[in-house]
Amino acid sequence: MTLLDVRDLRVEFPTDTETVAAVRGLSYHVDAGEVVALVGESGAGKSAGAMAVIGLLPEFASVSGSVKLHGDELIGLPDTQMSRIRGARIGTVFQDPMSALTPVYTVGDQIAEAIRIHHRGTGARQARTRAIELLELVGIAQPEQRARAFPHELSGGERQRVVIAIAIANDPDLLICDEPTTALDVTVQAQILDVLRTARDVTGAGVLIITHDLGVVAEFADRALVMYAGRAVETAPVAELYRSRRMPYTAGLLGSVPRLDAPRGERLVPIPGAPPSLAALPPGCPFHPRCPLAIDECRTAEPELVTVGPAHQVACINSDQVGGRSAADIYGLPPAPATADTAGTDGEIVLRVRDLAKTYPLTKGVVFRRRVGEVRAVDGVSFDLHQGRTLGIVGESGSGKSTTLHQILELAAPQAGSIEVLGTDVAELDRRGRRLLRGDLQVVFQDPVASLDPRLPVFDVLSEPLLANGSGKPDIEPRVAELLSLVGLRREDAGRYPAEFSGGQKQRIGIARALATQPKILALDEPVSALDVSIQAGIINLLLDLQERFGLAYLFVSHDLSVVRHLAHRVAVMHRGRIVEQGDSEAVFDAPQHEYTRRLLSAVPRHRPDAG
Amino acid sequence: MTRFLARRLLNYIVLLALASILTFTLTSLTFSPLDSLLERNPRPPQAVIDAKAAELNLDQPIPLRYADWVSGAVRGDFGTTVTGQPVSDELWRRIGVSLRLVLIGSVIGTIVGVVVGAWGAIRQYRFSDRAITMASLLVISAPTFVIANLLILGALKVNSILGVQLFEYTGETSSDAVGGWWNQFVDRVQHLVLPTFTLALASIAGFSRYQRNAMLDVLGQDFIRTARAKGLTRREALFKHGLRTALIPMATLFAYSVGGLFTGAVFVEKIFGWHGMGEWVIQGITTQDTNIVVAITVFTGVTILLAGLLSDVIYAALDPRVRVR
Amino acid sequence: MTDTEYRFVSRRTLVLRRFLRNRPAVISLAVLILLFVSCWVLPPLLPYSHTDLDYYALQQPPSTVHWFGTNSIGQDLLAQTLRGMQKSLLIGVAVAFISTLIAATVGAVAGYFGGWRDRALMWLVDLLLVVPSFLLIAIVTPRTRESGSILWLILLLSVFSWMISSRIVRGMTMSLREREFVSAARYMGVPHWRIIVRHILPNVASILIIDTALNVGIAILAETGLSFLGFGVQPPDVSLGTLIADGTRSVTTFPWVFLFPAGVLVLIVLCANLIGDGLRDAIDPAAQPRRRRR
Repeated sequence: MTLLDVRDLRVEFPTDTETVAAVRGLSYHVDAGEVVALVGESGAGKSAGAMAVIGLLPEFASVSGSVKLHGDELIGLPDTQMSRIRGARIGTVFQDPMSALTPVYTVGDQIAEAIRIHHRGTGARQARTRAIELLELVGIAQPEQRARAFPHELSGGERQRVVIAIAIANDPDLLICDEPTTALDVTVQAQILDVLRTARDVTGAGVLIITHDLGVVAEFADRALVMYAGRAVETAPVAELYRSRRMPYTAGLLGSVPRLDAPRGERLVPIPGAPPSLAALPPGCPFHPRCPLAIDECRTAEPELVTVGPAHQVACINSDQVGGRSAADIYGLPPAPATADTAGTDGEIVLRVRDLAKTYPLTKGVVFRRRVGEVRAVDGVSFDLHQGRTLGIVGESGSGKSTTLHQILELAAPQAGSIEVLGTDVAELDRRGRRLLRGDLQVVFQDPVASLDPRLPVFDVLSEPLLANGSGKPDIEPRVAELLSLVGLRREDAGRYPAEFSGGQKQRIGIARALATQPKILALDEPVSALDVSIQAGIINLLLDLQERFGLAYLFVSHDLSVVRHLAHRVAVMHRGRIVEQGDSEAVFDAPQHEYTRRLLSAVPRHRPDAG
Repeated sequence: MTRFLARRLLNYIVLLALASILTFTLTSLTFSPLDSLLERNPRPPQAVIDAKAAELNLDQPIPLRYADWVSGAVRGDFGTTVTGQPVSDELWRRIGVSLRLVLIGSVIGTIVGVVVGAWGAIRQYRFSDRAITMASLLVISAPTFVIANLLILGALKVNSILGVQLFEYTGETSSDAVGGWWNQFVDRVQHLVLPTFTLALASIAGFSRYQRNAMLDVLGQDFIRTARAKGLTRREALFKHGLRTALIPMATLFAYSVGGLFTGAVFVEKIFGWHGMGEWVIQGITTQDTNIVVAITVFTGVTILLAGLLSDVIYAALDPRVRVR
Repeated sequence: MTDTEYRFVSRRTLVLRRFLRNRPAVISLAVLILLFVSCWVLPPLLPYSHTDLDYYALQQPPSTVHWFGTNSIGQDLLAQTLRGMQKSLLIGVAVAFISTLIAATVGAVAGYFGGWRDRALMWLVDLLLVVPSFLLIAIVTPRTRESGSILWLILLLSVFSWMISSRIVRGMTMSLREREFVSAARYMGVPHWRIIVRHILPNVASILIIDTALNVGIAILAETGLSFLGFGVQPPDVSLGTLIADGTRSVTTFPWVFLFPAGVLVLIVLCANLIGDGLRDAIDPAAQPRRRRR
């Protein structure tokens, strides 16, 4: 008997202007013991599709269709009845562990609460004991002591374990996980996936996991549903999906994911355009504006799901043209560049860092603030960056990689060690010298939303560095037009505001701004981490092209090893403020020497390479 | 930790000293306490005026006068009024009166305000919420002296309908109250109700608005969603998890509200005829009495700073994130 | 690179639209403008000015001759109320603007630069919160005359009402400072003052606008409170506070002398608060839109 049966689910949200349908006719089912993944990029409607099952959508959303758990209809149930099912028969794990727990109650109390809600007769001590057992099950060390801790005393990974403990406290039949590993470091991700596997084994529950990470799908899920614009466009068992995907979108998605075993400089397959705004869907198949195989018929009607193999369904009328071809082939991308990009003669050294160190004082408490110690964020870091080459600094959160970058960008004498930019020691710079040097060292930040002032139109955004560097008015206009075309935007875009652009376009604007003063060195702080995978591919390609064209040196900081693989000539792995391994990227990735590097590489969820 | 507290205490003392210097200087410069004497008809002999001036230290320069005052103040002696009474005695008596008024009003006001605000947030946009929001807005828009008078008018109506003087609105007690302990107590309560309610009303309105907004902020937070996913109904989740967390910013509001309570008390005492600090400070300004005004300044300053300290403690009690192990 | 389908609605239009949908706020705005205009335009049109004494109508309730009635010495209450409104509105709006200006400057500087500037300014804020502003204003104003006292009142009220707002501005500035577009500007070499003016202040502007609207109500309440006690606007000048004080003396016997000025006062402050709330709901993107009930 099917555990969860969802038929024709529709979720609509009213907005200021009109009603937006986040989910448009979604159907899927989950059996006991199996793991089903809802895959898609942002705006695909996967979260809404899962939250509708447990009835935790905002009050003003309207839900229709049928959701049956063990044959019982869930849609339309009042809150009191749903509350009896939530936490008892359905357990939920959410995305952001940092804010998922109530800050004022201890961790043990919160788990015990989950038990006592559904088993009214349970005494406090009994519930306590069970909570401690659960903590041990999810892998928290010293569970009796940790149970008395408050959430802010636990790390992100530990908090997520607690959330999982709460979810399985009452032995649920269904486990829903909404991007459970997205907000976590790579090594922690692997651990949490293990915990989820344990949870599934112990409870025998069916698992519905929502994710955008195809590697997680490959490692964890049995069946996958690819969602686009609120509907399922392809569904198949995971192995089948990777081996013989039939939807052009799926092919593009798989082709745009960077891989750890790719050669450096290999261009990825970006899907042109951006996911459509749900408020203004194109007629017919919502993917057709971006689809290389689109024909006239695609514009008239939205294709239905059609069975093309055992348990394999596709919503595309051209699906037979997809099988057996590589994504690069389908999307018409030129083959990988012939330029032998291996370690040739290195250019001159543009950035030299020796024994850089930065410590922060630790203060505890908002009210009675006192110094409890210090944190060595950066602890003796040394590296060189050559002209025209990329150095990738890899590490998890807290490794000190961003701090290192910011220390270099300050262009001021560091707490310890030395920084030499383009041959000049920064400690010897006066204000004027610093200003001049800034023109040669620019930065691109992670969050495209936060790195552009929402109140300035694009023209002002791009002209700001030029003005700061002393360019005159007549020079600015042509330069802005030039910059826009460099990153693939149009002249007319100069008059619009950042909010009107998609994430990928905003990041392009950020890159254009960084190039305005014709720098020699570009510092990039997680520039693609906040982007969807298909958009990310376009940005990576752009960065590779720009480097070839202008001979830029990139200092690339990221936690995403696969992305670094595509871009970096040399790699430095940071852990707790120190560089534990440094070398040519092939050497580091293929034959890691340090224990931590090995751990990092093995934690990356692998997925099979794109077929064709 | 103790070093930090000591530094904070020192800071407070410096602030207090500065406030008192400022007030003292200002009043000494602008007040002429001899006016009441000089304006008498017939004018008193010069010797009497001079004696009075000497008694009030008016011939000495201001810094010396201040030093004189400080040396008395640290021993608890705040000097004498222009009519010769010691300030300290009067001060403590009047503090008692004002405290009786303010304490009850603020406690009731805070608790009721928080509950009302939380209730409004839970029933957001329903009729009861709209009604509460509108009422709070109306009360906030009306100054204390308007509310007080409106309540008096209302009490008049009620008294006349019931035929008995249920609500008293003049003074703290009736001068003709007789009888034993119980009668005296009832009489006091009758006199207490209206002024306390006036003060409480303003507090209720302020706190309920603040609490409602804090709870609405909390509503959208992830941990509420987790609580509901556990199996708590929306209402349970809001009460058990939301309210407790939304209480935290109330601690800061409490510190700021103390200042408002004092100004409110001034009006209430004037209108209802209670002989507390508020009435006294007006009297002090009109009779141009430096010592009264400065003493009250110091007292209010100390109370505000104590309130700040108290709110820090409450904040730490409510929010485990700021506690120091 | 294909274009996206985002339809452009400027932020300002969006805010305006949302504000206009808030009926109480729009009505309040209309009422307030009406009051503002009428208290300056109406008096010359009325048969009685605020100083005229009508000996034939002492302490009369509202009638067709005297719409708001008269007080104990025969002055027409309507004229008096309008005159009082002039003072109170003038002082309220002036104080709101000036104090918001001070709060913006202090808050932005303290929040952006941090360090000793922040500590010094926040210490100043603490001092001003401890000093009994009420007392100081009460001491100074009775000693000034006519127009001088209005100016002093505005000045002193402004000096003592910016503290809490500046704390809010400071908090916002500090969080803005960490935002990446400010770091980006710094790393691009843009000078500090330019960053404050071009990046920080426009993003704090929405808070400032709300603050100004709410401060009008607070300032008017402060002024009327002082005038009520005899410390604000000085006789023979008239403010709503002095009128209410006069009315309080006879509130149990001749309530209209109290009710009319009090009613007008509450109306003005209520409108200011509704406008402020409406602005806050319109500007804050996180505010829930009004939806049908479950």
